[in-house]
Amino acid sequence: MPTWSEIGYDSKIEGDVIVTRIDAALNWFRKNSLWPMPMGLACCAIELMAAGASRFDISRFGSEVMRFSPRQSDVMIVAGTVTYKMATAVKRIYDQMSEPKWVIAMGACASTGGMYRSYAVLQGVDRILPVDVYVAGCPPRPEALLDALLKLQDKVQHEPFLETLKKA
Amino acid sequence: MIALEQANKLKAKFGDLISEPAEAHGEITVQLADAERIGDVCAYAKAELGFDYLVDISSLDNYGEDPRWTVVYHLRGLANHCELRLKTNVSEEKSELPTITNVWRTADWHEREIYDMMGIRFRGHPDLRRILMWDGYPYFPLRKDFPLGGKPTQIPDVAFTQTAPLEGGPFVTTPGGKDAVEREPRVRTPEN
Repeated sequence: MPTWSEIGYDSKIEGDVIVTRIDAALNWFRKNSLWPMPMGLACCAIELMAAGASRFDISRFGSEVMRFSPRQSDVMIVAGTVTYKMATAVKRIYDQMSEPKWVIAMGACASTGGMYRSYAVLQGVDRILPVDVYVAGCPPRPEALLDALLKLQDKVQHEPFLETLKKA
Repeated sequence: MIALEQANKLKAKFGDLISEPAEAHGEITVQLADAERIGDVCAYAKAELGFDYLVDISSLDNYGEDPRWTVVYHLRGLANHCELRLKTNVSEEKSELPTITNVWRTADWHEREIYDMMGIRFRGHPDLRRILMWDGYPYFPLRKDFPLGGKPTQIPDVAFTQTAPLEGGPFVTTPGGKDAVEREPRVRTPEN
């Protein structure tokens, strides 16, 4: 099993030079600048806004701007109930995001359809998109969303980018 | 009470078309015998009786009874705080009523919602199309014979639906249970 090295840095030996693997460095850049594409559909969007505001401050973790353009964002945060009527639009926006991209399903409705087991609600956005992190809650507290972002950062850090390139 | 007087004036004008005003919980309801005359009745109510605000139009599915549909109009007079409820019945073969958008413009979207959810058409409506579901959706979701979980449909590039898993049935509470444990929503069949 390949071993991942974190960025190992000893300033006495190396001074201002860091020697590391491309994987580790690239993933470190990516994880610390995950710009969200907020797919704020319902009440979870309010908590998403709270996470972006000053008290909980998502930009501490690198999500500096909520980019509403899919071309300029990295992670789509699906916050709220996805109805069947909206589902094609969500899929279209996801398709327009450029690689690498991730998805956080925020809240019960985005994860599984939530309390709405009905004719009009998509029972979980993972029926149309590949979701990386699910956040439970109705709505989840902003700290829960930040925890999900941290878990996503862990996932990004451990992505074997160069391996996949070498295979192709 | 003002609403009762207004209801009586309505009955005086239209005679047998309007039933005796019924009172319940402080609210007055009148039944309209012929749904086709709803336009005249509403125009009179707005012009002469001062009901200048249409609060809501809603519809009932009396599944198993004939006539199947009941359409309920809630009127309000803003100047004298007077509320009145008008009910009419429509049979399923006909499923059609004249619109009242020429009386109150707000009826536009209410009638579109009733068309979308129940399938009752409104003759003379300026733009009768679905408002909550999408154009081309084949069913009327709030009818009593439509399952809560929905039915699978597919319109490419527009929308799709699938049946939602209900795990044995809608989870229903027992209201009036003595504590939260008793009132917790559980799968309930019509027997219990």
